[in-house]
Amino acid sequence: MNYDAIVIGGGPAGLAAARSAWENGLRSILIIERDKYLGGILNQCIHNGFGLHHFKEELSGPEYADRFIKLVKETGIEVMTDTMVLDVTPEHDVYVSNSKGFEVLHAKSVILAMGCRERTRDSVGIAGTRPAGVYTAGSAQLYMNIMGYSVGKRVVVRGTGDIGLIMARRMKLEGAEVLACIGASDHADGLARNVNQCLEDYDIPLLLRHTITEIRGKDRVEQVVAMQVDEHRNVIPGTEKVFDCDTLLLSIGLIPENELSKKAGIPLDKRTSGAVVYENNETMVPGVFACGNVLHVHDLVDFVTEESIRAGKSAAEYVLGGGKQGGKPLQIANGENVKYTVPMMAHLDKLEKNLEIFFRVTKVFGEGSRIVVTQGDKQIASFKRPYMISSKMEKIKIPVKLLAGVDPACGPLVVSAVEEGGGGNA
Amino acid sequence: MREVICIVCPKGCHLKIEENGEGGYNVSGASCERGIDYGINEVTNPVRVLTSTVKVEGGSLVRCPVRTDGSVPKEKIFACMEEINNVTLSAPIEVGDVVIEDIAGTGVALIATRCIS
Repeated sequence: MNYDAIVIGGGPAGLAAARSAWENGLRSILIIERDKYLGGILNQCIHNGFGLHHFKEELSGPEYADRFIKLVKETGIEVMTDTMVLDVTPEHDVYVSNSKGFEVLHAKSVILAMGCRERTRDSVGIAGTRPAGVYTAGSAQLYMNIMGYSVGKRVVVRGTGDIGLIMARRMKLEGAEVLACIGASDHADGLARNVNQCLEDYDIPLLLRHTITEIRGKDRVEQVVAMQVDEHRNVIPGTEKVFDCDTLLLSIGLIPENELSKKAGIPLDKRTSGAVVYENNETMVPGVFACGNVLHVHDLVDFVTEESIRAGKSAAEYVLGGGKQGGKPLQIANGENVKYTVPMMAHLDKLEKNLEIFFRVTKVFGEGSRIVVTQGDKQIASFKRPYMISSKMEKIKIPVKLLAGVDPACGPLVVSAVEEGGGGNA
Repeated sequence: MREVICIVCPKGCHLKIEENGEGGYNVSGASCERGIDYGINEVTNPVRVLTSTVKVEGGSLVRCPVRTDGSVPKEKIFACMEEINNVTLSAPIEVGDVVIEDIAGTGVALIATRCIS
């Protein structure tokens, strides 16, 4: 089979990218999804707060997914569920396996939308026994919200990411006792609104600057031991706190799921663990695009949608325009207090109105802070941005007219975050 | 004065809510009207949208996600949960189907948020 575009992953990124490719003129599009249903992780994210940017209303995860599933179903986009992609080649061959057997498909363009997976106990090295009752927060969410299991009665949450905070509330609502949410840094990793509405509303203690050092229990978790950590995250002897619990949930970060990207020979970025991409979401392998959490971990599905719409449009332009390439790309670099940028490169001649850059800052910024964009000694743009925090992804749109004097040969465009009064030449 | 983080959207504005001396409140730090309403509600009658799941019979899935179609008073949340836990739906279910018309006497409906065949 030969398609204009094959979209790998039927979550929010894949659905929006496929729909956008259709709207931009492609007519033979296939979405491949390994689950039985489209919608991805949104199906188990039953809480509300989705869609405020994109739909201008507050939806739950399944409703947000449903909107996009319906938008895909009203087109001629083909969908293959319960199907695993085994391999993708740089020539756009896609090897798939499902109940019908093995098949090699081909596409003029490929959109990578595989999402991310959770870090586990092993990635933070928690000592102790290996009893039942230790779950990643997302697994617990699946068991509880999709399969209807109760998961646990006395719960400790390690990690203060959004899924951990949301699951703490969810388990409390279902009658469990949530003893603490424990995080190693000096602030919660999740959105501030989730600390407010998930922990404070339900009197769930937030224990910061602590970590779990031991899991105890033979068949089922019986206890976990928490200890205080110093500023270098080393445990402080003598600070042990023992929690009697039957369940430990881990919400300790997400990793873009890029095994297929690696097989396709796509260069990845060490900072994001996702593909290196241009402004149009094209990877360094021509005709292969990436969007959503497989590219970099987002905190808002609305931004995933926006990014994926761009990826779908770019794939359509690639196929219909015969793979035309832009001029020499401008490099984009992370400067002071910025962890990474997406994209990492931009073809200035391909930009329409703005150059949109996503990034995260490395520390907490208060009122009066700014984002400064420079090339060499020259300031290109400056954006007021109070209250920046690493747990919240930031986005800037640089108008094309401000980039008029920028020459890709004169070094990278550098994105920095500065505090009030700081920033030197800014 | 009370300081709260707004939960209306993921932006998370830092709100300051002060009595204005005329029986009302001044909210500063909000970047939209909904944030001002949230701030005033938070010191007068805090409300939340509640989401959960209900049991499903005869469907392709065993649980259907639900949410209140509007905010309910915070102190009624566990009363709402009790009603939610006593409901069983039969497939097929459409997004927006009313599961409970008036949950825990709040005047707010509980609606399904996923299609289940």
